[in-house]
Amino acid sequence: MSNSVISVISRFLEEYTTTTPNKLKVVDAYLLYILLTGALQFLYCLLVGTFPFNSFLSGFISCVGAFILGVCLRIQINPQNKGDFLSISPERAFADFLFAHTVLHLVVMNFIG
Amino acid sequence: FTPLRGGLSGGLSQPAGWQSLLSFTILFLAWLAGFSARLFAVIRFESIIHEFDPWFNYRATHHLTTNGFYEFLNWFDERAWYPLGRIVGGTVYPGLMVTAGLIHYVLNLLHVTVHIRDVCVFLAPVFSGLTSISTFLLTKELWNQGAGLMAACFIAIVPGYISRSVAGSFDNEGIAIFALQFTYYLWVKSVKTGSVFWSIGCCLSYFYMVSAWGGYVFIINLIPLHVFVLLLMQRFSKRVYIAYSTFYIIGLVLSMQIPFVGFQPIRTSEHMAAAGVFVLLQVYAFLQYLKDRLTKQEFQTLFFLGVSLAAGAVFLSVIYLTYTGRSSYAKIHIPIIASVSEHQPTTWVSFFFDLHILVCTFPAGLWFCIKNINDERVFVALYAISAVYFAGVMVRLMLTLTPVVCMLSAVAFSSVFEHYLGDDMKRQSPPLEDSSDEDDRKNAVTMLMLMLLMMFAVHCTWVTSNAYSSPSVVLASYNNDGSRNILDDFREAYYWLRQNTDEHARVMSWWDYGYQIAGMANRTTLVDNNTWNNSHIALVGKAMSSNETAAYDIMRSLDVDYVLIIFGGVIGYSGDDINKFLWMVRISPSVASQPQESDYFTPQGEFRVDKAGSPTLLNCLMYKMSYYRFGEMQLDFRTPPGFDRTRNAEIGNKDIKLKHLEEAFTSEHWLVRIYKVKKPENRDRVEHKLRGADTTKQKYTSKKVSGGAEASSEGVFIQERTQLDGT
Repeated sequence: MSNSVISVISRFLEEYTTTTPNKLKVVDAYLLYILLTGALQFLYCLLVGTFPFNSFLSGFISCVGAFILGVCLRIQINPQNKGDFLSISPERAFADFLFAHTVLHLVVMNFIG
Repeated sequence: FTPLRGGLSGGLSQPAGWQSLLSFTILFLAWLAGFSARLFAVIRFESIIHEFDPWFNYRATHHLTTNGFYEFLNWFDERAWYPLGRIVGGTVYPGLMVTAGLIHYVLNLLHVTVHIRDVCVFLAPVFSGLTSISTFLLTKELWNQGAGLMAACFIAIVPGYISRSVAGSFDNEGIAIFALQFTYYLWVKSVKTGSVFWSIGCCLSYFYMVSAWGGYVFIINLIPLHVFVLLLMQRFSKRVYIAYSTFYIIGLVLSMQIPFVGFQPIRTSEHMAAAGVFVLLQVYAFLQYLKDRLTKQEFQTLFFLGVSLAAGAVFLSVIYLTYTGRSSYAKIHIPIIASVSEHQPTTWVSFFFDLHILVCTFPAGLWFCIKNINDERVFVALYAISAVYFAGVMVRLMLTLTPVVCMLSAVAFSSVFEHYLGDDMKRQSPPLEDSSDEDDRKNAVTMLMLMLLMMFAVHCTWVTSNAYSSPSVVLASYNNDGSRNILDDFREAYYWLRQNTDEHARVMSWWDYGYQIAGMANRTTLVDNNTWNNSHIALVGKAMSSNETAAYDIMRSLDVDYVLIIFGGVIGYSGDDINKFLWMVRISPSVASQPQESDYFTPQGEFRVDKAGSPTLLNCLMYKMSYYRFGEMQLDFRTPPGFDRTRNAEIGNKDIKLKHLEEAFTSEHWLVRIYKVKKPENRDRVEHKLRGADTTKQKYTSKKVSGGAEASSEGVFIQERTQLDGT
């Protein structure tokens, strides 16, 4: 069973590296970075405690929010999904991404205390 | 070349232009109608803040405009809930005050010097117009523009919404319904387009809603429910994923910016559904992504691993949530919540009274939506079902039902009109033989529908004029010849307090009047409508229901200077404190040695204020204060002196003497009575008994032994003793 899981995963990774366009790989690398940052923040919170809870929440939600927005951007610029998003060009997707990030960071800066 | 004949030759040129002009005109008229319908109270009386809660909102807005935003956010009010005080900044939804303050600031910046009171009074009617527009937008997204216009017109005049948004009712619901409809419109738009821009717009509108009203919990549960039902119906799509994920995470961090909400969105059980659906959606989307990439076999192997991990995670989270989560809904068994009349279950009369024919046509609209289902109509179906449930539980929640009823009735009416007024040219070849029958039927149905709509409009105006336009602060009665009698006792009493008492005087009254006393009389109160501290209210209730001496002890311990009560016996006003008295007894704590609720009833179980009433009732402070000197007053030659018009009984205890209080003020129709609490005496009082001479002979035998005649001399002392009454 574990053998087949490893083989499935390795085949998936191989297929991923060959078929995904470079643009999406860049976004995926960014998403991985955000994920690691968020995990690190959570680990810190578990070790050191939640004392300024609003600071922890604002940092953690900033990571989760950036991750979600990155995923949304990836979905919207993926050429395979063009049928779903007829009115949204990749430029519009990126503009929305920037606008959403502005709002997110303004709120996070207010919340971080 | 052919000159363009602008005009009506064979159809309108630029129909889109005419259509938008018509829409604009209709929406403008709807705004005007909604605004005007809410002005009855202002025209009949004056521009004044109504009822109880708006007085606190007005006072808070006044504080905001005079002291600035940060002072308001950090305001600690020491003139309420003496001696505890109230942290206003952290226990209030600031949206209403900030909106009114902002409008006032902008207008004054443009040198349109409006007083803040006028801004507050007219804020709700102005926002009703905005609600009409957002309802139009929402219904247009759900059905079509015609239905949208009908919905806008319905919600402008429907009594269910007017009841909480008349001019003068400066309360959260006035702006919250606008925020609710607008948030829902942006949500439907973001699900339809899948654009992050609309989702962020929805988040910002949600933030405004969170700042405005505690009913934001409805949004944060309905939207996840919608997403969950879409998942169940196999309607998952990437647009839904983008819309909900963005809305949830950014809406979460925005909602925590309001001090009153604080960390509740990640702690209380009311918000857990949204988080659960968020996690579920991420997992589902990820599984969809994998399914697209892998073959079925490979997917199945990973699936087992994934399912076991998910099950473990869910198990742990359920343990955590049951350990820490608690539900804080209105518990019907807490007397103070049960006593509020708005929290009682709704009767069918309220449904018809507030919604008229809309409540009959709304199921038809719901049926049309379900028959032609798509993503956004699932949303409105869920909205309708949940709103109907909540409206059946509490009268107060009729307000959340009203917008969806307006929308779905508009859908129903629009479908009917489209079917029966539809252009003949658009139809496929109508049979000529039946054309006159068809025409008759069409005309009949159209006339019937128009008559229903006209009756609806008449009903709405009548209800608004008669039932929902009373300021509650000013009472009016009408004589036989139609002339009006205004009873301005409340304001008379509050202004007396304002002008004749010390600025730091403390006034004790039942919690209903706290906000009005703070707003109009500007005096420190003990308990008010916020009712956040039940034991403090219970203490006040105990003081009102005990005898005078026990009550005096409680009042001295709370530093009370004045006591204010409402007494309706002279004019027959039924909302006075004697009628509320049983709630005071129920709310106050009862220990075995103190009077229980049953002690205030007669042995037969009746609540009577005449001679047959229970002695505990006839000697309690509330009774004494209400009926002090009332026994001398004869209202009518047919009734004996001391006849209480509200209870229709001659009072039992006419010769009332107050020991620790003295009457300070009684208003013109005896509606408001204010008593001053006397300070303790400088020395203990002496009972007026006759001073007597105590002629006890006291023998004094001299121990001196001397020879002679005065060997034993007796001294008789007569002493006067005055008896001191020991306390």
